[in-house]
Parts: sequence; structure tokens; C-alpha cells
Amino acid sequence: MLIKTLIAGFGGQGVLSMGLNLAEAALLEGKNVTYLPAYGAEVRGGTANCTVAISDDEIASPVASSPEFVIAMNQPSALKFQHHIQSGGLFFLNSSLVEAEIIRGDIEIVRVPANRIAEDLGSPKAANMVMLGAFTKKSGVVELSNVTEALKHILSAKKKLLEVNEKALQAGYNLF
Amino acid sequence: MTNVLMDGNSAIAEAAIRAGCQCYFGYPITPQNELTEYMALNLSRRKGCAFVQAESEVAAINMVYGASVAGARAMTSSSSPGISLKQEGISYLAACELPAVIVNMQRGGPGLGSISAAQSDYFQATRGGGHGDYRTIVLGPSSVQELADMTMRAFDLADKYKIPVIILGDGVLGQMKEPVEFKREAPTVLAVREGSLRGAKGRPSRIIKTFTSNPSELEEINWSLFRRYTLIKKEETTFETFLTEDARLVVVAFGIAARIAKGAIKNLRAEGLKVGLMRPITLWPFPDEPLKEMAKTIKQYLVFEMNMGQMVEDVQLALAGQGEVAFYGRPGGVIPNPSEVARVISRLYYQKGLK
Repeated sequence: MLIKTLIAGFGGQGVLSMGLNLAEAALLEGKNVTYLPAYGAEVRGGTANCTVAISDDEIASPVASSPEFVIAMNQPSALKFQHHIQSGGLFFLNSSLVEAEIIRGDIEIVRVPANRIAEDLGSPKAANMVMLGAFTKKSGVVELSNVTEALKHILSAKKKLLEVNEKALQAGYNLF
Repeated sequence: MTNVLMDGNSAIAEAAIRAGCQCYFGYPITPQNELTEYMALNLSRRKGCAFVQAESEVAAINMVYGASVAGARAMTSSSSPGISLKQEGISYLAACELPAVIVNMQRGGPGLGSISAAQSDYFQATRGGGHGDYRTIVLGPSSVQELADMTMRAFDLADKYKIPVIILGDGVLGQMKEPVEFKREAPTVLAVREGSLRGAKGRPSRIIKTFTSNPSELEEINWSLFRRYTLIKKEETTFETFLTEDARLVVVAFGIAARIAKGAIKNLRAEGLKVGLMRPITLWPFPDEPLKEMAKTIKQYLVFEMNMGQMVEDVQLALAGQGEVAFYGRPGGVIPNPSEVARVISRLYYQKGLK
């Protein structure tokens, strides 16, 4: 089974970190995985996205023209990618920042107030981890334990950030 | 070392270090900057090794020339427009029979083009690229793992045949992360190649140069180069086939395009279409004998490239009229998806009455 997830948002929201974390978790599960970042000459505040493909079989293309799952961390991304999602797919919206009405009856829309929850936890920058937690629970594409394990690996040089990120991940996971 | 998640550019750099690359000379260009960055961070820390960010691509390739003359395993990397600038140096390396590894993470062209992945430098890579009658070995990887493995192979081939070797990747392979395993540890002692110039104390001096005013002498140099190229063709031609045994249509593709085609073929096989894949791994030497052999039983071919048709000419030359060749290409840095390619294959399959 091949599952492609596209994660999009502002540069600085941790969009690429989310993708990398998801990809590392899939690697821990022994899956085939590709992670493809897409960013041009953008800086903080510009747009960024990445695609993670996870499969039991070889992955033909790391690019997703119609991904199963899309995570939109901001309004422009929600508008840009709403029509790309496959029928029956999941559309994760950061409802703290996305106000757009999504008119698609053939997909499930999952609203996660990622910024608000992260702020409540005292760490607004961890909104991406709240979303990743919610995504992990709803998509079931990887196990939370492996996402956490991957997070530890990614933050191995910045250990003091681990606790708050883990807390945010768990808070997102517990939403559903 | 077990599998780690790594981008293709960094994987090449790590593999080069493990292959005993002593000198790397780079100049920034997207989409291969991670390679230069990785070398800046890691090669520069190794004892006896050198990382230099050169002032230009031309300078970088000539630094490779110097390091190779001195017997070191040397490498440079760039992307399409930068590789064009290096062609003079590559021609000189070929003329002087000097080993070197040159990485081209192709982007869209012509001109400055785009920063997205393309395969439009196939002609440049496989026809020599610079002036004069010469070839370089060209490797066409299609995964991050292969980028690592082929980098190691490239250094070995370069030394074995005293020839520049080009790794022809693309922007997607360079940028994407995939699990990769490195099959060699970095050497503790860096070998110095025999015949290199490191001072002539106690022996007659050697000269490495490209110019001769005697046409007959130059002719013999060219003959000698081509005798070696014949040997390389015999010994090193590499390719891969997938589900070709009973195929009625074979897709010929290299690099990232082969990988996309393979996905399409798997889906078409599930629908009962007898299609297979032939993937040249060495783009020069091109596997023309294996294709000729295949054409005894399989008559329909589809060449798929991310350009307007370059390798298709090698396929036509190899088949020499023994099979029918169709072409599908997307230029400019557009990355086709497997279902698009599957539609093209299946359309041809039915049009030709292969069902």
C-alpha cells in the first residue's frame, strides 16, 4: 500500500520538520520511504511544502500529484492544495490559521486548532507537533511510539526542546 | 552502518569520502548544494583532505585536474549550467588520461533553465561534452542508494581506466531523502596513484600535457584512448531488466524516469499487459548489445525520458531497425507521474494490437 502525504505551510512553521519526522518514523517501521522538500528561494514567511511517500513496495515517484493526505498549516496552502487530495482522503487543516470554506464532499476534513493548543502548552512554535500528533492518530500511517522515537533522533543535538515537542505531539494525538 | 535517511546529494558526498576522495572542489548551484555543504562540513575535517569552494566552476574543474595530476582521488559537482562551464576541463582530463569524478545533478534547461529535475544533459554527458574526440564513463543512478553505490564505483572506474567518470543524477534524486546504507568504511590511509607528479627526485621527470604539434603523435593518442574505450565497453556495460522475459512491449528509460516507468509497469502488469523495462545503468558505454539481443524476440519499444528525446537515438542505433521505437518525453523540469506514463504505455500497447 502506497500512502503519500503532502505537508504545506509558511516557512518557519516547521513544515519540513514534520515531514522529516514522519519519514524517520516510517524508516523505523522498516517501510520504504521517500521525503521530498519543495522550496525555492523562499525565506521565513514564504511558502514551503514537502511530500512523504510511505510504502511496503518500492516507491516509483517521490512526487505526489494526488496525495491521500494533505496537511495545510496556513490559509494559502489550504486553498492551493484542496483540489489535489484523492477522493476518500483526509485534509488536515490548522484551524487556528485557516478560515477558508473547503467545498469537497468526497474527502474528510480534520480541523486541528494547532496554534491555539501549542500556545496553551506554552510553546507556540510546537504547533507543527500538535498537528503531527493529530495526523498520526487519524491517519494511522505510522505508530505514535515511532514518531516519538524519530523525534528523539532528530532533536538529539537539541535535547532541551524534546520535552515540549513530545508534549505537543501527545496533545495532538489525544484530540481524536 | 545501518540504513539512514539521507538526501541524495549528501549521500554522494558521504560515499565519496568512504571511497577515499581526498579533494573536493565545488561552486554553489541548486539543486546540488547539499553535496558541497556536506563536503565543507565533513571532508575538510579529515586528515590530509582538502575542501575548496572555488571562485567559479571553471576554477573547480581545473583544481580537480591539478589534484588528479598529483595522484589524489578528486571530485567536483554542479548542475547543468555549471557542468557546461566545466567542459573544457573535462576535455583536458580526458586528453591527459586523468581520473576524476564529476557529478551533474541535472536541472531544466536550456540556459539557466529551472531548478527542477530534468534529464536534458544526456547528449552532453554521453558524447564527451567538450571539444575533441573523447568519451567519459556516465552512470545513471535512480535512487539515493544507487547514488551512494555508484559514487564508490565511479572512483574505482576512474582509477582503473584513467578516465573522467560522470554521475548523471537529477534534482529530485539530489533533494529527496531515502534510506541508504553505506557498504564501505572510509579508508584510514589515502593511496597515491602511480604515475602521479609529486616531485622527480631520484627518477627522470614525467610530463603530463595535452598539446603536441605532431599530428601523427596526436593520432596515436586518440587511437590509444579509443582502444581503452573499447575495453570499457566490453568490461563495464551495465543495465537492468524488469519483467522482460514474456514482454510484448519494453520501456527503455534511465535514472529517475526508469523508476517512474517501473511503477507504471507494475500497475499495467496487474491489469494483464505484458510490458517490461530495460534500464541502462551505464549511459556510456550504452548497453546496445543487450538491446540488440532483446530485439530478436521483442519488437515494440517505448523510450521515456525527461527531455525531448536524447537516449532514444542510442536505442535506435542499437536496434538498427530491428524493432519499432516510440518516444514519450517531458522537458523543462516537469516530473511526470507513474499513472501518466502508464496511460502512454497502455495506449501504445493497444494501438499496436499487442493485446
